[in-house]
Amino acid sequence: MTAAGPTDPAERWARAQLSLAVLAVDPEGLGGLWLRARSGPARDRFLAILDTYPTPWRRIHPGISDEQLYGGLDLSATLETGHSVTSRGVLTSPGGLLLTMAERCPPGLAARLGRCLDGGAHTVIALDEGAETEEIPPTGLTERLGLFVALDEITLEALAAQSFDAEDIVCARRRLAHVANDAQTGEMLTVLAARLGIDSLRAPLLAARAARAIASLFGRDRVTSDDIQLAAELVFAQRATVMPADDETPEDAAHDQPEPPENPDRDRPDDAGEMTDIPQEILLEAVRAALPPDVLAQLQSARAPRAATGAAGAGARHKGNRRGRPLPSRPGRLDSSARIDLVATLRAAAPWQPMRRAAAPRGHIIHIRPSDIRIKRFEERSDRLIVFAVDASGSAAMARLAEAKGAVEILLTEAYARRDHVALIAFRGTEAEVLLPPTRSLVQTKRRLAALPGGGGTPLAAGLQAAMLLAHSARVRGMSPTLALLTDGRANIALDGTAHRQAAGEDAQTVARALALQGTPSLVIDMGTRPQPPLAALADTLRGKYVALPRADAHRLSAAVSTAFDG
Amino acid sequence: MTQPFPFSAIVGQEEMKQAMVLTAIDPGIGGVLVFGDRGTGKSTAVRALAALLPQIEAVAGCPVNSANRQDCPDWAEIGSEKVIKRPTPVIDLPLGATEDRVVGALDIERALTRGEKAFEPGLLARANRGYLYIDEVNLLEDHIVDLLLDVAQSGENVVEREGLSIRHPARFVLVGSGNPEEGELRPQLLDRFGLSVEVASPRDIEQRIEVIRRRDAYETDTAAFLKRWRAADTRLRKRILAAREALRGLKTPDQTLIDCAELCIALGSDGLRGELTLLRAARALAAFDGSKDVTRAHLRQVAPSALRHRLRRDPLDDAGSGMRVQRTMSDLFGNFKTAAE
Repeated sequence: MTAAGPTDPAERWARAQLSLAVLAVDPEGLGGLWLRARSGPARDRFLAILDTYPTPWRRIHPGISDEQLYGGLDLSATLETGHSVTSRGVLTSPGGLLLTMAERCPPGLAARLGRCLDGGAHTVIALDEGAETEEIPPTGLTERLGLFVALDEITLEALAAQSFDAEDIVCARRRLAHVANDAQTGEMLTVLAARLGIDSLRAPLLAARAARAIASLFGRDRVTSDDIQLAAELVFAQRATVMPADDETPEDAAHDQPEPPENPDRDRPDDAGEMTDIPQEILLEAVRAALPPDVLAQLQSARAPRAATGAAGAGARHKGNRRGRPLPSRPGRLDSSARIDLVATLRAAAPWQPMRRAAAPRGHIIHIRPSDIRIKRFEERSDRLIVFAVDASGSAAMARLAEAKGAVEILLTEAYARRDHVALIAFRGTEAEVLLPPTRSLVQTKRRLAALPGGGGTPLAAGLQAAMLLAHSARVRGMSPTLALLTDGRANIALDGTAHRQAAGEDAQTVARALALQGTPSLVIDMGTRPQPPLAALADTLRGKYVALPRADAHRLSAAVSTAFDG
Repeated sequence: MTQPFPFSAIVGQEEMKQAMVLTAIDPGIGGVLVFGDRGTGKSTAVRALAALLPQIEAVAGCPVNSANRQDCPDWAEIGSEKVIKRPTPVIDLPLGATEDRVVGALDIERALTRGEKAFEPGLLARANRGYLYIDEVNLLEDHIVDLLLDVAQSGENVVEREGLSIRHPARFVLVGSGNPEEGELRPQLLDRFGLSVEVASPRDIEQRIEVIRRRDAYETDTAAFLKRWRAADTRLRKRILAAREALRGLKTPDQTLIDCAELCIALGSDGLRGELTLLRAARALAAFDGSKDVTRAHLRQVAPSALRHRLRRDPLDDAGSGMRVQRTMSDLFGNFKTAAE
């Protein structure tokens, strides 16, 4: 299986095509496919092959309205014609859906798609163009999509090959119903999933479906060990959370031992003899070979919680049309997401009444045209995000790291009460690390914070830069970021990782200027033993507030933060 | 989905199943909150419950499922007196639902095409006398949550907007599910759920395999699978109906009331809702078990579900609240194990 290593472009492309073909054979059973790829030749080719397969696909986008999904009254047309005109929704008839820009899919849409996937008549291909590791479609959706394909690092030459054509798919579909379904496939895949740390029981179910689809794709009417192996690779590789140990598993996983149960052969048909011979280890080996090298690192970030979007918070204002403080109404189209302002609509229609009555002398009392429609608009506050950038360097650790941790915890409790989101960045040694992307889960934040060790240099500039990137991506997602920087101010590691005190200070100033230009409100908390003048200067550059806390307990620190942000 | 997975065929997850059965016996318990990982059968259980519940009698065409003609709201303009049997409504409240869809709004179609001022009922109307299911309840937008709290409290939905003034009954059992890793639930909403259960993927490999086996059998041959489990489901349904009857004649000894109060004081749970729910749940369980009166054993069995989400908690404390309830009970009532623990 090592020959099938995921690094070879041709092999990767073959794997991607196999996933696609498997999906085409059993689209409803597998739920769908999560395609992580920026738009480019590889993705174009992939979708072109998809087009040659029998299932028709319709494109939907993350901003799709309920009306377009489920169908409903077409108000403009209704007004125009004078009788009800209904539109058909994309979900009313079964079929395949291509969700473009899936990384921007809001949780509400994911929930709707999840429901219709559970119904079993639809298939979703999520086209995820996420650039950052935390930029992924909602897990409620990806959980239900059986297959995962990443199309990076595939060369142009590799793209030429097409392994399965429409004819193969049609034959395989016909054969699928006759592929024997034996109980052992499911058992084996369940055990394997448990060993890979996959908690959800959807995964083994999907893998079992994939195994059958693979068998029928290769013209077999029974699932063989190869099919199980391939299915496990396709379905489990991206879901694995634990890299299984090479040797026997340690004691804590003892109950997850892959040894088949003692009495499995009792009620199994004899002709499945070939199946019983596959040791679980081979399967495990296969999946491990299919795991991308940095999969665990990616997974950790991919499993980071996605917070609710759009719950009203204390952040900056943005204009919506559903809730918040009323704003003057505007002309607009009626759909389910907007609310009509009846009075304004009538007022807009009023001056035209004599003319319209003359033009259309039917029995209407009031003539309203689509152009008269006025839509209510509201202003609401978006969620606030507090980015904590915590200095965990040696000098800070000596001084006040424990106190800073205590202060952050108290701030978190307050953030909980105010429904703020929090993110946590720690910088020490030569680099900064996002310990926790924006979340509302306090339990997670606390765990990560408690596990934060201290020591090493002070890469202040790197910490600020990480905060800046995080603030930027949060703003793109509609949150209002605020930065709280906790440091003792002795920057000694420059952006390029060299230990140079002066360069480090200059880099910090440069990044601070960029942050100030970005418009992120900030607060610098000096946790040194004595107030540090350079930090006051930094706060000045950040156009933020500076709080020196020579000797404070955690509660006074948090009080300072609260007043600084609210004031 | 044509036929939901049978309730009796759900493997394990006893606490969740018990909580759902209890609300089916006594809707006054006030809903179930199911928190846990993905792929643990939360939605499956809710949809299975819908199929399990006995049918209700409702006036044909009534938007709020009224039991008789007098209860139908005037605005519905129901002409017929015909009462039909229909399944207990289980209504999904999807994330991102607009306020209009939840509470109902002016029927724009009729207003514009026929010039009539009519009310288009929302999800709350349809959920009356049934269940309202919110998946990922912790991601629900705050303004919808406020609205639900208000209606769940009063049992009535009042709509005052766009020149409409409408009210209709909205009594439903709230069932919420979610993954706590993705966000916390506001304490106010938490408190409105009568019972709260935590589910996790089964750790036992045999049990996991059994889940896969049954699900696979269900998907391969749904009809045969349903037939195999029909008897078990029917038995459970009859037990629920019998328990509803038995609930009336059930006696609650003073000692049980004292136990309830002592437990809640020891745990420092906020308000009296904890005690009331605990008692109701224990009574429903006693009725389900067919006992004559409510005993401490019943109390012990439902206390974790009824109280774990009501403890005044430090939002940063990640130790399970269920454990705290168990521990306090052992302290108070001594160490004995009930069958279900």
